[in-house]
Amino acid sequence: MTRPFWIRLVANPRAAFGLVWLGLVVLAALAAPLIAQADPFAITGSPFARPFGESGLGTDSLGRSVWSGLVFGARTTLLIAVIATLSAVAFGGLVGALAGFYGGRIDDLLMRLTEFFQTIPSFIFAILLVAMLSPSATSVVVAIATVSWPPIARVVRGEVLTLRSREFVQAAITLGERDAAILLRQILPNALSPLIVTGSLLVATAILTESALSFLGLGAPNLMSWGFMVGAGRSFLRDAWWLVAIPGVAILLTVLSINLVGEALNDALNPRLRTP
Amino acid sequence: MNAAPTATVSAGPILDISELSVALPSWADRPQAVKQVSLQIGAGETLCVVGESGSGKSVMARAILRLLPEPQVRIVDGRVLLEGEDLAHADDKRMRAVRGGKIAMIFQEPMVALNPLMTIGRQIDEILEAHTDWGKAERRRRVVATFEDVRLPDPARIFGAYPHELSGGQRQRVMIAMSLVLEPRLIIADEPTTALDVTTEAQILSLLKELQQRHGTALLFITHNFGVVAEIADRVAVMRRGEVVEHGDAEEVLTRPRHPYTRALIEAVPSLVPRKGIAGTDKSAAEPILEIRRLDKIYGRRAQGASWLTRWMPGLGRGRRQAVHAVNQIDLDVKRGSAVAVVGESGSGKSTLARCLIGLEQADAGSVKIAGNEIVGLSRSAWRPLRSRVQMVFQDPFASLNPRTSVGDIIARGAILQGEAPDAAMSQARELLTLVGLEPKAAERYPHEFSGGQRQRIGIARALAVKPDILIADEPVSALDVSVQKQVLDLLDSLRRRFGLTMLFITHDLRVAAHVCEEIVVLKSGRIVEHGKTAEIFADPRHEYTRALLSSVPGRDWQLRLVGSSAGPGTD
Repeated sequence: MTRPFWIRLVANPRAAFGLVWLGLVVLAALAAPLIAQADPFAITGSPFARPFGESGLGTDSLGRSVWSGLVFGARTTLLIAVIATLSAVAFGGLVGALAGFYGGRIDDLLMRLTEFFQTIPSFIFAILLVAMLSPSATSVVVAIATVSWPPIARVVRGEVLTLRSREFVQAAITLGERDAAILLRQILPNALSPLIVTGSLLVATAILTESALSFLGLGAPNLMSWGFMVGAGRSFLRDAWWLVAIPGVAILLTVLSINLVGEALNDALNPRLRTP
Repeated sequence: MNAAPTATVSAGPILDISELSVALPSWADRPQAVKQVSLQIGAGETLCVVGESGSGKSVMARAILRLLPEPQVRIVDGRVLLEGEDLAHADDKRMRAVRGGKIAMIFQEPMVALNPLMTIGRQIDEILEAHTDWGKAERRRRVVATFEDVRLPDPARIFGAYPHELSGGQRQRVMIAMSLVLEPRLIIADEPTTALDVTTEAQILSLLKELQQRHGTALLFITHNFGVVAEIADRVAVMRRGEVVEHGDAEEVLTRPRHPYTRALIEAVPSLVPRKGIAGTDKSAAEPILEIRRLDKIYGRRAQGASWLTRWMPGLGRGRRQAVHAVNQIDLDVKRGSAVAVVGESGSGKSTLARCLIGLEQADAGSVKIAGNEIVGLSRSAWRPLRSRVQMVFQDPFASLNPRTSVGDIIARGAILQGEAPDAAMSQARELLTLVGLEPKAAERYPHEFSGGQRQRIGIARALAVKPDILIADEPVSALDVSVQKQVLDLLDSLRRRFGLTMLFITHDLRVAAHVCEEIVVLKSGRIVEHGKTAEIFADPRHEYTRALLSSVPGRDWQLRLVGSSAGPGTD
């Protein structure tokens, strides 16, 4: 009666565009050393070479290859965004599940904690964290995860709250199932869809935060990233537009693709909108 | 264009539906929700359309008012003549005038149909404002008069009240007042009493009938309940998969059904004649397996959700909630091997009692002993060894099975938790599936592949997997269609006898109680008002409330007559 999930997802043209672009970015990140010979920090030619000429996508003020930067930058940006999101999902999911499942005082405590984190403007908080921890790849991941777990906790708590009162969970209680098993076997599998959707959209936010941090010079040193390229190129905006435009467009397309895929996932997974 | 001829029409039918067909979208299970249906209703007449879920009865009712989710579901053929005017082809402006003006609709769930943020009076006033050019005072007079008509107490107060301040029965009276206020020619009532308690249902049905006779309105009544049909119908149309399979005089259809489907439906209505105790199984000597003493459960006095925050700032919401004594000093002994029905209306505390017995709620005071083991005050882990003693069958078969777990795992899990090896538990699960009337290979499939009745069978198998002594069934058939209800009840009954189970059967339906239980406990506001043998209570109810419950069962006279004339549904 209903078409398989993957077919429904790919049949959506916007999701298909998003998936194709994301696939290309992931492929480029994985194969970076093969498709870009030069180290992104190595000087490969004369500075300010125009793009689409003999030097690929051009060079920056020091003569470093923009193409290399783009490809290795994809590596950094994606890796940091995905790890940060996974940590946020794990931590936020745990907090939300405990709060929703046990309710009462535990819920009050955990949710007030969540709200405390939510009241701080997230980007300023992230800057603060990186500055305190000294800039490194790890501290960027920690900073992004710290500012992005609260929405996950809220989504999971809401799902767990409704699922906990469902009869199949009560049946598991009456069979003598342990709390951890009820959470893992009965509740979480049924709360996965909203978690996947929120999580995928969070990757987009994480990319933006990472880029913004790198732009401010708070990114991981010694690692090329898209935000760093935009930051480094901004002083030559009028002479060498491509230094900002190329990584900027890469960020734009990637974030857009993730949002499109996330929305399509939501449509495909959300039973209320499901019109097979 | 139709003013001249219709002004004098009175003899012809108010509503004349001919060859009406409603198409469903391509992904539905059948091409047409309603197929070539022809029906007429005259002034002052009640036509009951009966059918199970998916029969197309509600779609048909909505098609008359053109309230279908077009364009996916739309009228493709036929005419709907209201006093000669074809509504199937009327434009939207005309339909707005017809809805509420000439045809009114009463819905199943009055709480959903009423706007919670608007006073009752204003909601009805709005209808008059839209359809008439009366002044404010005149409209108010009319609304209050209609409230009196539907016998709402204190109409002036109700006028200024919000929906949540009224009881369910009062809300349904408001809905009826709403539909009557413009004196429509036709009222369509879609399961208007299904969400109500029996005693309220009886009042609403007699009110509808009385009002209809007084105003000469035509009434199209959609229901799945043959008891209600017997109470109210002049004529009956039985629908199945979008088609009218039988159509005729109510008396005729109810006592001498011609179509096999109608006959099956009527036979599936559980008999009101209480079952006799099974010969040779007199339980009076058996020892009690469940002893309940002075059990108390109070909600809201110190709500579990009340946080330390509300204690510091009592103005914050929940603190003001009134305490509800859901279970009030209940004493009950259940003997091994007996079947006891706990009967009561909503809010009687019957479900809370069940949840206290199975450890889903913690009782506040009193004692419950299951085969000698005290359970009140036990922690979840201390409960665990007792889980194999008492099990529960849940109400909603669509919510009680984890959609992401295979049926085999669902059933086998309980035995595994009790220490059974996974392989043995799984083969036992297959045996249980056969026992409840399903294929053993159903174990590999997932709950969504099964119908409501089949899912309830899976739920029963899950409960039996740990070999319990006591089975608590919380309204196990109230979410099922009539024809399936009886099968599930019979299954429970035969399993109970086969395994010598003790059964506590929570229900609001006296018919169901009479069908499966020899003993009845009547609960009202958390207290036991009557307790005894089913046959004795049915023959001679002592308590006033039990009498009210019994006399409110819809279609009671019809069924007793059927049994008397012996031409009735064959009960084996």
